[in-house]
Amino acid sequence: MARIGVFLCHCGENIGRTVDCAAVAAAALKLPGVVHAVDYKYMCSDPGQQMIKQAIAEKKLTGVVVGACSPRMHEPTFRRAAAEAGLNPYLLEMANLREHCSWVHDDRAAATAKAIDLVRVMVEKVKLNRGLYPIRVPIEPTALVVGGGIAGIQAALDIANGGKKVILVERSPSIGGHMARLSETFPTLDCSQCILTPRMVEVASHPNITLMTYAEVEAVEGFVGNFDVTIRRKARYVDWSKCTGCGDCWGKCPAKKIPSEFDAKLCNRTAIYRPFPQAVPNKPVIDRENCIMLTKGKCGACAKVCQRGAINFKDEDQLVKVKVGAVVLATGFELWDHSAYGEYGAGKLGDVIDGFQFERIASASGPTGGEMRRPSDGTEPKTVVFIQCCGSRDEKVGKAYCSKICCMYTAKHGMLYKHKVHDGRAIVFYMDVRATGKGYEEFVRRAVEADGVEYVRGRVSRIYRRSDGKLIVRGADTLAGRPVTIEADMVVLADAVIPRSGAEKVAQLFGVGYDTDGFYSEAHPKLRPVETAAAGVFLAGACQAPKDIPDAVAQASACAAKVLGLFSKPELEREPIIARVNENTCVHCRACIQACPYGAIEDHEIRDRKGHLIKTVARVNEGLCQGCGTCVAICRSNSIDLDGFTDEQVFSEISTLE
Amino acid sequence: MAHTETKTTETAAAGYSPRIVAFVCNWCTYAGADLAGTSRMLYPPNVRIVKLPCTGRIDPLFILKAFEGGADAVLVSGCHPGDCHYTSGNYHARRRWSIFRRLLDLTGIDERRLFFSWVSAAEGTKFAELIRDVTAKVAASGAFDPANPARRRPWK
Repeated sequence: MARIGVFLCHCGENIGRTVDCAAVAAAALKLPGVVHAVDYKYMCSDPGQQMIKQAIAEKKLTGVVVGACSPRMHEPTFRRAAAEAGLNPYLLEMANLREHCSWVHDDRAAATAKAIDLVRVMVEKVKLNRGLYPIRVPIEPTALVVGGGIAGIQAALDIANGGKKVILVERSPSIGGHMARLSETFPTLDCSQCILTPRMVEVASHPNITLMTYAEVEAVEGFVGNFDVTIRRKARYVDWSKCTGCGDCWGKCPAKKIPSEFDAKLCNRTAIYRPFPQAVPNKPVIDRENCIMLTKGKCGACAKVCQRGAINFKDEDQLVKVKVGAVVLATGFELWDHSAYGEYGAGKLGDVIDGFQFERIASASGPTGGEMRRPSDGTEPKTVVFIQCCGSRDEKVGKAYCSKICCMYTAKHGMLYKHKVHDGRAIVFYMDVRATGKGYEEFVRRAVEADGVEYVRGRVSRIYRRSDGKLIVRGADTLAGRPVTIEADMVVLADAVIPRSGAEKVAQLFGVGYDTDGFYSEAHPKLRPVETAAAGVFLAGACQAPKDIPDAVAQASACAAKVLGLFSKPELEREPIIARVNENTCVHCRACIQACPYGAIEDHEIRDRKGHLIKTVARVNEGLCQGCGTCVAICRSNSIDLDGFTDEQVFSEISTLE
Repeated sequence: MAHTETKTTETAAAGYSPRIVAFVCNWCTYAGADLAGTSRMLYPPNVRIVKLPCTGRIDPLFILKAFEGGADAVLVSGCHPGDCHYTSGNYHARRRWSIFRRLLDLTGIDERRLFFSWVSAAEGTKFAELIRDVTAKVAASGAFDPANPARRRPWK
């Protein structure tokens, strides 16, 4: 027999002024099954909660309805109070008498009538509530970090220093990401590799971190706390247990004309190669697409010259299966291809370069040894034009967003150029200058005032090569109100920041959403910037949105905090609002399995004692089900229901309304 | 900003007070309705909200049951396409309704009594305007008689 208690809150004046709470309590008491109905000024306060707890004990209540603010506000508060009084917390429901009633109506009679209706509906629903118990799922306290740039490195180090094991997977042969390619970083002009490489070494030597480079995630199954991930370790054809990194092999390799990805194609590398001297792991791999032995069966120069016998042309890809409890995606970004801008030479003008190419020219470890030389003829450019917002903030090419880092790195590039070419001219064409971080505005002022970088507000309409080799840049100076033509030796375009190629595939593997620009979707843009809709999968760095190094590092540490929080308990407790299949009536049409966005429903074979198959049905994985109910609505045989929002409960709510 | 309110006065002129049942999702529209409340936006008291985790949970039978019980209009509202908290529930809802709308006429229920919308958690204003709009339209259309759905006052 139902024994329901109803508690009306005045919420000070917020409800009490518009809704006659005493009248609602009186009306509630008349409802069948209601044995207790009171009103009070502040139900969520300590005395208010005490009233509920006392009533539960004294009147032996089987269910409670609190008519007060929105359940999004205080449902956890009241459910905890019920639990403390010994009543299963899921036997308590709230009627929203504030946000949905007293605050949006000013007719007292109408509002009170509506409040009575709302309470009545919840009383009927709660009579059908069953006690639910949190679902406990075991957790494997190992994290997987996908991506070995600064964000992935930071996340891995923080989790490892927190005492938990980490597997760091990186697609290229070395970790370090884009930060390893930069010459100096804003706003301090720190040498990028100098601050990065100690962390890279720490990752390689940390006892809690397993580093897998030249590897990619191939398949993912499972759910938070229990992901089964298959990683493909690409064949490197070099036995790293024997290799000492001496360099004899790449010195002898005849395949020398492969454009170096690390050096932004400004110079070439060999087929057996180490991406850069400070690579971690500091061992070479063989690029099988370009190796003469692997493609044509001839050569083998490296094997002949290797004193340790470390070359192995028979190497094969390895598939490694790992079990992890949480995943951090840190796949990073790349620069948009400006060939789409015919006005800027469609990518065919050799001295029109992008930001990374400029970084490699400026870098002491780059193809020019840090000297300012332009790609076409190796001469020192005396006039360099920098163009901001190339592709960004341009709906015409489909990128409406601002890439965030370009104003800062353009100022930096201007400064680096002036530091190396004192009598050169650095001219920046800008729409706005966005220098929002700490020390950023001062940095830009320094570029202008101390280093003489010239800023012109306006866009560039055309760049073309004149017969004498000069690049003619035609733009506008909107502050002076006139067109401007510059004879430049080199042009640097601040291309838009876009997600890494292959990012979408990784997102799909992990069930993470992404927006029209390909950036991964966070669970809530304001309050949950590192979580995703997929429980146990977190985002760090530029894969989520364009950002600079300090923000990427902060976000990575935030992910680590979330992961360590997840791992802090041996079991994961989840809200028990999940779907449940009636295996007697299920006909295995699999509509629910296909509809479930989380892949939470599995095929389940029911066998007799001898092992013969009786039938196959759908079964909900409690750890993975998020409780949306899409499966319930799609089931044709009415064989699946949602705990907490059963068909019976919803129909009773609807019936009560009439 | 003027908070207009079409109240029982307007509906009284129509001769009845429409009963509107709204099936909303917890994460977007319910939160948007909360925001309308927090922002103290006024709207007519004719709507009764049934909270569900997701619009994907809504069975067409819920809507029929609401009409059978005498609701004059039913509103279904959830997250914008692409924003579903559960990734795709609202897509299922959208597909379901595009077919269900045509079935409604077969049952004798004017499909114009069924309203769909997407209201996000940040759209308190939109929710309030939606309720005012739906209430006004339904007040003008006349009461729904479940016993004889075909016999109803024509839309003005």
